[in-house]
Amino acid sequence: MAVWYSLLLVLGMSLFVYLGAGLLGLQAIFGIAIPYAAILVFLIGFTMRVLGWARSPVPFRIPTTAGQQKSLDWIKPSKIDSPYTTWGVVGRMAMEVLLFRSLFRNTKAEITEGKLAYGSNKWLWLAGILFHYTFLTIVIRHLRFFTEPVPYFVQALENIDGMLQIGSPVIYQTDVILVAALLFLLIRRLVSPQLRYISLPADYFPLFLILGIALSGIMMRYFAIFKVDLMSVKVLAMGLATFNPIVPEGIGVMFYIHLFLFSMLLAYFPFSKLMHLGGVFLSPTRNLPNDSRMVRHVNPWNAPVKVHTYEHYEDDFREKMIEADLPVEKQA
Amino acid sequence: MSQAPKPEELLRVSHIPPKKDWMDPRVDLIPGTWGYPGKASSLETLGLPNPREWNPTDEDWKLPPNWKEIIHEGLKERLEKYRSLKVFLDICVRCGACADKCHFFIGSGDPKNMPVLRAELLRSIYRKDFTTVGRMLGTFAGGRELTEDVIKEWFYYFHQCTECRRCSLYCPYGIDTAEITIVVRELLNLIGVNIDWILGAAANCYRTGNHLGLEPHTFKGNIDFLVDDIEEYVGVRLNPTFNRKGAEVLFIAPSGDVFADPGIFTYMGYLMLFEHIGLDYTISTYASEGGNFGLFTSQETMKRLNSKMYAEAKRLGVKWILGGECGHMWRVLHQYMDTMNGPADFLEVPKSPITGTVFDNAKSTKMIHIVEFMADLIHHGKLKLNPKRNDYRRTTWHDSCNVSRGMGMFEEPRYVLKSVCNNFFEMPENTIREQTFCCGGGTGLNAGEFEYLRMMGGMPRAFAVKHVQEKHGVNLLVNVCALDRAILPPLMDYWAPEVSVSGLTELVANALVMEGEHDRPTDLRGEDIPGLEGDE
Repeated sequence: MAVWYSLLLVLGMSLFVYLGAGLLGLQAIFGIAIPYAAILVFLIGFTMRVLGWARSPVPFRIPTTAGQQKSLDWIKPSKIDSPYTTWGVVGRMAMEVLLFRSLFRNTKAEITEGKLAYGSNKWLWLAGILFHYTFLTIVIRHLRFFTEPVPYFVQALENIDGMLQIGSPVIYQTDVILVAALLFLLIRRLVSPQLRYISLPADYFPLFLILGIALSGIMMRYFAIFKVDLMSVKVLAMGLATFNPIVPEGIGVMFYIHLFLFSMLLAYFPFSKLMHLGGVFLSPTRNLPNDSRMVRHVNPWNAPVKVHTYEHYEDDFREKMIEADLPVEKQA
Repeated sequence: MSQAPKPEELLRVSHIPPKKDWMDPRVDLIPGTWGYPGKASSLETLGLPNPREWNPTDEDWKLPPNWKEIIHEGLKERLEKYRSLKVFLDICVRCGACADKCHFFIGSGDPKNMPVLRAELLRSIYRKDFTTVGRMLGTFAGGRELTEDVIKEWFYYFHQCTECRRCSLYCPYGIDTAEITIVVRELLNLIGVNIDWILGAAANCYRTGNHLGLEPHTFKGNIDFLVDDIEEYVGVRLNPTFNRKGAEVLFIAPSGDVFADPGIFTYMGYLMLFEHIGLDYTISTYASEGGNFGLFTSQETMKRLNSKMYAEAKRLGVKWILGGECGHMWRVLHQYMDTMNGPADFLEVPKSPITGTVFDNAKSTKMIHIVEFMADLIHHGKLKLNPKRNDYRRTTWHDSCNVSRGMGMFEEPRYVLKSVCNNFFEMPENTIREQTFCCGGGTGLNAGEFEYLRMMGGMPRAFAVKHVQEKHGVNLLVNVCALDRAILPPLMDYWAPEVSVSGLTELVANALVMEGEHDRPTDLRGEDIPGLEGDE
């Protein structure tokens, strides 16, 4: 059910644009108002969310230690996996954010013939990292629409991305990889009984949404019947970027679908699990050094508690202590 | 009590989820997988809410009339107190990488034992009550209504998590189910829903200073018995001191080590080691517990129990504190103690009086682990050892969860073990060091009535042991955790018979050449050492 709802939702959105921007001609709404609103929601929502997290303190230093602690001089500590310096933490976070270090550890446990075995299982890591980096590359490539002149690095990235020189227009490798990775993540969710069991509409929806964005983009670029006038698209994009919005005539409806779905992604972002983008930086099991015996960590809400003091304890047991030759503070 | 089926049956565990949607909170309380409720007297000792007689199998759990409000406010307060909770509730993408990392899921196949789903049990309530989307879209957004059935579900599944943090190692965002479990258990304690094995121990510890409830004279008496045993097996009479002011070092071990086999052999080891090096130390009957079942109750209870360590160190005027072999004890000491009850500015940075080594890694807490201390002694050649005395042992090393993923102590124990025993074999790499598996009974799940759960949860650990047993003839599973020493022996009997369990210091002491010792044909357990009969 969850999967169908999500798919229908994305298809419904596309149809909505087809009606609105295509048949009713509300290009100003779909080309200007909605993108601006979406960006606003994204920026405000994202900031609020991160500030919300930051408002709650980190009372204890709770890194998950994944390597040797720093203890005796002659034992080699693990500087990254059990960091004890700021640079170690930076290294650990960089590995986490840029290389998905923890996910790379992934294994698969299986009971076969009365034995429990752990196989290497890097597919999720591979699909995950490919998806994120191709998406990033594609977003950067899109800067060509928002800049004049187009910066060198955008041009260079485009050239690299189309390096294989297949087809006309040249096929970007990232387009292919992005869709493949998304399909893998989707199929994995559907095929594995456990994953299917835990998956919510909120897990399928972003996959379909991003697939929708990718496919609408691909159709515009590679299929003649969906082709849009790129010059006009650039005029619109430059208008948005320079806060001088105009809607040129004659951009195909596929573009508005593409733009709308992306706007929805932005607007949905702060309210969804996609916030892991911000959250990963604030994860206390990763961004703290393993130095809690060296440096005192202060808990801002540390409050006095009722304790059973030694005096009280001795009062409770004085007779028995004296009888057992245990020293006491006060004689009976 | 034997609720667990035969191993062959348990092996046929299916990991395919049932038809029933997980959002349905109703649970079947399978015998052997849930704990008896906390006694009213324990709650009264600790001053915890809603002490009463109740039974989880009853329909009515006698919750306070405003329980829903208490839980709601409690969660709100904790969201404001813990960034970890807030972030972890918000950012999970349900990628499922954690699913088969949990020993309870591997062993039971129950989908709610997948860490991701365990957290969703709380996350779904959070969504419904604290997020805009959840409030608007309800179930569609993954939200659930908080009902009494949810409380019962929480009671069941958050006492099927041992806070071992193995899932947090693999999570791409470091989401730590232990943080979730800690908070849910705290919430449950606000309405008097808890288990006796935890609350009884915590109440004992509050009153007598240790989980077992040993009053001062009994505590001393137990150690005196160990002194007698040492005299019998080693031929040396030791005179440990108690509550002695002016000692250099305060030694605190988990109380399980003074009470039950095989922990007592480890305690005998501590005593022999200190005698061997001439350490000026004392043992406290007030701070007579290293472990801390407060960690499994609430942050506040943990702090109350832990406070005794620094208080006693201050009263006795020692220079620093030495801690015994324990797991969760060291999670508390390493990651919580200084923050909760520090600063320990009345103590000095631990310095080994034997080697002169200054333990800068504990320069703020002023407390070091006995394995760190022993590794340093051995490295400096300060122990007279005869590792041949352990030749009859073929050992493997169990990394306890808390000193692994909550501290990072991997090399010290291996160095010590290899120094005192010639036969050492590692278990497969996916089951040791930071990837180590729980014994199946941490966080207070060692009650008799949890036996079935422990046999399931301990399965991954036991299989790894069985592997080295078959491959290398391993016959001893060594560890530094008092709960391990209690939990692993029955687990081995069930899955890998013939493998015994011991603490590390027991092996050290068995290899120690003590001044004035007599002929020692037996080990500390009083058992003959094969191959040694005609040796000396």
